[in-house]
Amino acid sequence: MTPEEKKVFMDKIHAFVGMEMAPPTKGPDDVNKAMIRHWCEVMGDANPVYTDEAFAKASSKGSIIAPPAMLQAWSLEGYPMHSPSKDEALLDNQRKLHKVFDDHGYTGVLGTNCTQEYFRDLKPGDQVIAHTVIDSISEEKATQRGIGHFIETVTRFTDQNGEKVGEMRFRVLKFIPNESNKVESAKDEGKPEVPTRIASPRGHDNAWWWQQVDKGVVPIQRCKNCQTLRHPPRSMCGECQSIEWDFIESKLEGEVFSFVELHYPKFPGYQYPLICAVISLGEGTRIVSNIVGCKPEDVKIGMKVKGKVEQVDEKTMLPQFYPA
Amino acid sequence: MAANFKDKAAIVGIANTDFSKNSGRSETQLAAECVAAALRDAGLKPSDVDGMTTFTMDTNDEIEVARAVGIGDLSFYSRVPHGGGAGTGLIHQAVMAIASGAAEVVVCYRALNGRSGHRFSSGVSGAITTADALHWGWYTPYGLLTPASWVAMYTQRYMHITGATKDSLFEVAWTTRNHAATNPAAFFYGKTFDRAEYDAQKKIVDPLSLYDCCQESDGGSCVILTTPERARDLKQPGVLVKGVGQAAAANMESMTSFYRPEIAAIPSMDLAAQQAYAQSGLTPDDIDAAIIYDAFSSIVHWQLESWGFCKKGEAHDFIMDGSLRLDGRLPFNTHGGQLSEAYIHGVNGIVEATKLVRGTSVNQPKKTVNHALVTSGVGVPTGGAILGKM
Ligand SMILES: [Zn+2]
Repeated sequence: MTPEEKKVFMDKIHAFVGMEMAPPTKGPDDVNKAMIRHWCEVMGDANPVYTDEAFAKASSKGSIIAPPAMLQAWSLEGYPMHSPSKDEALLDNQRKLHKVFDDHGYTGVLGTNCTQEYFRDLKPGDQVIAHTVIDSISEEKATQRGIGHFIETVTRFTDQNGEKVGEMRFRVLKFIPNESNKVESAKDEGKPEVPTRIASPRGHDNAWWWQQVDKGVVPIQRCKNCQTLRHPPRSMCGECQSIEWDFIESKLEGEVFSFVELHYPKFPGYQYPLICAVISLGEGTRIVSNIVGCKPEDVKIGMKVKGKVEQVDEKTMLPQFYPA
Repeated sequence: MAANFKDKAAIVGIANTDFSKNSGRSETQLAAECVAAALRDAGLKPSDVDGMTTFTMDTNDEIEVARAVGIGDLSFYSRVPHGGGAGTGLIHQAVMAIASGAAEVVVCYRALNGRSGHRFSSGVSGAITTADALHWGWYTPYGLLTPASWVAMYTQRYMHITGATKDSLFEVAWTTRNHAATNPAAFFYGKTFDRAEYDAQKKIVDPLSLYDCCQESDGGSCVILTTPERARDLKQPGVLVKGVGQAAAANMESMTSFYRPEIAAIPSMDLAAQQAYAQSGLTPDDIDAAIIYDAFSSIVHWQLESWGFCKKGEAHDFIMDGSLRLDGRLPFNTHGGQLSEAYIHGVNGIVEATKLVRGTSVNQPKKTVNHALVTSGVGVPTGGAILGKM
């Protein structure tokens, strides 16, 4: 978009702010025990106040109540939602707004967060009507999914007497899908693949090391001429410039020289909590690896560790270190 | 022997593009825009330029940018490797070219869509086919994939050895944010934070949390150097390069030099500082203000020690004394730094250091700035330059 086109677009979308998203909606059924029971079964919620008449009667609630989180369920129209009118003029404001986005390339949609507040318990026989207003549209944001805008709606839920029973804020991202995500989703359509850790490429100077690890051995390269150990491997000895080398097998006994706990971003294929550490080995070289088998908060600089080679996922053999 | 660099070249033109999260234009356009603007600032014509230098990491070929801007014949062009470590390396290249006569007017630029294009925080992956892919392979299988993860490893060790706490990391981040808050060009213009907000941010790689990490930005920055003689005839007061060091210390890996006897320090910056001080004949006491590469809050500590503003291991106390604030001993990152203005790989910092010596920073300290320091990214081979009045 040129700056002028962008301005026209922004004016168009901002015109929707403050509008009712759609006429008030009410689900086909009033609050009822059958739907409550199904919902509790599916969610695995065994609280008897939702399903056991006698228990509920004896409780502070006095009778069966609906799980608060069902709030929105009572107002949903069901399948008709998914077949909107072909006549553009009959579309509700939300669909009109999304169409403006779609027409400008913001074809992606992603629900990002939802918060609900509950003002009273709902009981069988209650009716729930949802009134939704388009509350705000953010400035343009660059997200991992692509460039887009967050649309936030506020829904007020009322009962048969017009009394407010709950409120919900819902945020969706309308975005221009990244090229890289498109490639990824195209890949997804093939057979699903469990992600694995990012393996080291294997070249002339390092493949032998990884091949030993695949066999369960962690080698340390040794200069054949002056016996100096070196890690990571390289083609020449920095002490004597010899290119002749062999290796010893590390006992994998050492101590933590420094460490970090990885929080964000989390990468597919890695198991969190995840601790990476620089470990000083008894042989005198250092190695970067993971600390496992203890809580992250228990890892300390100077801690003694003992390692072994483990299969960490379908494709990857790695040395892993445990508290000694 | 110190290199014969002192007063051999002067910065005569500077410019940034706007900074954003989505520039909406190509990196080549950003480069062309900042180069053209720096030429206007200097009062030079494109045809005056005969040298160009940038980062190896920059996607904009010198000849492409030259053609876009209308720069004619070039007799010098070069690239400096190692990501943000290249920043003041551009000055180093320009000074050498000008001092040797290889070129008379050298354009130094860096332009990137660091947020809307390739993002550094997306980490390194097995898919990369660069020469150093094997190097990253020692770290990626374990999950050390991002700059924050590499820097946090040194940070943990540094805090353990020196007793430094999050208090001084906060002070660094908070100071840059205060400076950005009064810089309309900064991403965080008008937006300060307090300790509670800092502490509430998500952890990225412990001990670093969100506000300890720089932004990812779209934008371009450019500085132009020429001979002091020619500088005298130009529009702006020239800003001399008094000294510029460039160094890769022994046993260096890109970002993961975990095999040195001690990793709670950056020996490459020690060397760069020694060079720049030796060339210029200046000492830490002569430096009035500093632009210190702040991709992460903790890396500022080690650089303060390298440049001798405090003793090794004592940066925490130096920082907690308020030294980095506008009225402190060493007003720092007056533009907001990369933590809070924009991440243009430190070249926006060279622009700001030049402004400090010109006296035109948006947050100009009250005291006279005769000499300003500007440094490059660390963890990689690095450098630093001391700028001074003509
Ligand atoms: Zn040897």
